[in-house]
Amino acid sequence: MSVLVYTESWDGSFRKSTFEAASYASETAKLLGTEVVAISLGEVSNDELTKLGNYGVSKVVSCCAIEKGDSQAATNAIAKTANDSSVLIFSNTNTAKMIAPRLSAKLKAGIVSNVITLSETASPLKVNRQAFSSKAIELATVNTATAILAIAPNSFKLIETGVNCTIEEDSSNEKGAITIEGKETASGKISISEAEIVVSAGRGLKGPENWGMIEELAELLGAATACSKPVSDIGWRPHGEHVGQTGKAVAADLYFAIGISGAIQHLAGINSSKVIVAINTDPEAPFFKAADYGIVGDAFEVVPKLIEEIKQLRA
Amino acid sequence: MNIVVCISSVPDTTSKINFTENNTKFESSGIQFVINPNDEFGLTKAMVLKEAIGGTVKVITVGDATSEPIIRKTLAIGADSAVRINKAATDSYTTALEIANYLKENPADLIIAGKESLDYNGGAVPAMIAEMLGLPFVNACNGLEIAGTNAKISREIDGGKENLSSSLPLVIGGQKGLVEESALRIPNMRGIMQARSKPLEVIEAKTTEDLTTSISFEKPAEKEACKLVDADNVAELVSLLHNEAKVI
Repeated sequence: MSVLVYTESWDGSFRKSTFEAASYASETAKLLGTEVVAISLGEVSNDELTKLGNYGVSKVVSCCAIEKGDSQAATNAIAKTANDSSVLIFSNTNTAKMIAPRLSAKLKAGIVSNVITLSETASPLKVNRQAFSSKAIELATVNTATAILAIAPNSFKLIETGVNCTIEEDSSNEKGAITIEGKETASGKISISEAEIVVSAGRGLKGPENWGMIEELAELLGAATACSKPVSDIGWRPHGEHVGQTGKAVAADLYFAIGISGAIQHLAGINSSKVIVAINTDPEAPFFKAADYGIVGDAFEVVPKLIEEIKQLRA
Repeated sequence: MNIVVCISSVPDTTSKINFTENNTKFESSGIQFVINPNDEFGLTKAMVLKEAIGGTVKVITVGDATSEPIIRKTLAIGADSAVRINKAATDSYTTALEIANYLKENPADLIIAGKESLDYNGGAVPAMIAEMLGLPFVNACNGLEIAGTNAKISREIDGGKENLSSSLPLVIGGQKGLVEESALRIPNMRGIMQARSKPLEVIEAKTTEDLTTSISFEKPAEKEACKLVDADNVAELVSLLHNEAKVI
């Protein structure tokens, strides 16, 4: 009875969230006294696959002909590999959200998503998860013999254990009814849900032409850029940057809120972040109640100074 | 084309969340309930598709009688009929199974659900319905065009979008982008009057076997007071972030 982890790749590379899932699987396997097996979909080089050993994966099954966006084929491939597993681990990415619940229905295995803690008991598994858009933490348990846990990105530290990872190729090439036509991605962009630092701005910036300093600050910090809902609704920034209850959830180490008042829906999306900095002209802005540090001031004066000070610190 | 839109009734996004019965139950008194925002994008898309190519829009929910005002609102917005499966939803699997069982008897060409409901945020029901019906599924869908029995779909992926095509029937997990926020519809008086006479069928639930159980809830710890730094002293903020918080 192994622990199976779905190790997602993007254009042949793993990301931090993949290694977080492997680390989580490895800790769960310790609890159960068993090993971690990984499953990878799509083309991933052997060099990349063996990196999973650093996070405790002893074997990876590589299904290079299965497209992860084809949830039917992906689910069937994982189900075939999972027949000896009592726990299946996913990082809760957009793709995992398509596959993990399908697998739950197929295997009749209870699923808990947005998981933020390890289980302290092997049976039944009991974990904390985020609910009500991070306004609450729910303790949930799985009632079935096989459990599926989808963990929230940025909720677990990477744990390097260094085992030898063997690769097993699986050449199955099943196809569902979906055809992947292609994708449009902005290269070099840091994913908001995985980013350690997020620089977010709102209507206080007065117009899309003023985002240059936000992007400069983000680049300096290796951060992702994000925005408030009104800003994405009026088209100043793409929807993909909208953070909050109806947008993306952020659990960054550091979150900058610049010219965002702090509506309850926005705060719900970001309150899992460890350190929050608010910059706003209005001293009554609700964000100052949610922030750790704040400056009451004009973003157009404060942000350029912030950029200069960080440059000096780095120099 | 027969379109089914799965909806859920969730606390208004401005709600403060509290729990009762020793922190085991959500405190619903005093809460204003709304159509789950992700579902509302799906409902609006269904209306747009119906107006363009014809067909019917039926909404379905798993919920007790308290969800009826929300169902009436979807009918006032323009859905043709509604089905309520009489069960307070407690677990994604049983919720999905109830809907899938109904859809096996009453097949649809297109099934649209919100990618997640903004109460428990399980995000599992739409994918489970697809698996139970053996249908293709696209989640976090932010673009959908139908031509005949084929669909062109885009879904959000990290850092961009993926374009896909599929045959119908198909299950969609919808979100903003399926239609724009500005396209959402507010019921008018005529719609509200018509909604009163549109069919709302109530079916008794059959499933009982939850795969997961919610044990208890807690609220995140309150933040300590914000440390305010003078706007003329940005260096102090950088120093705090570097030396105290150790995040830069």
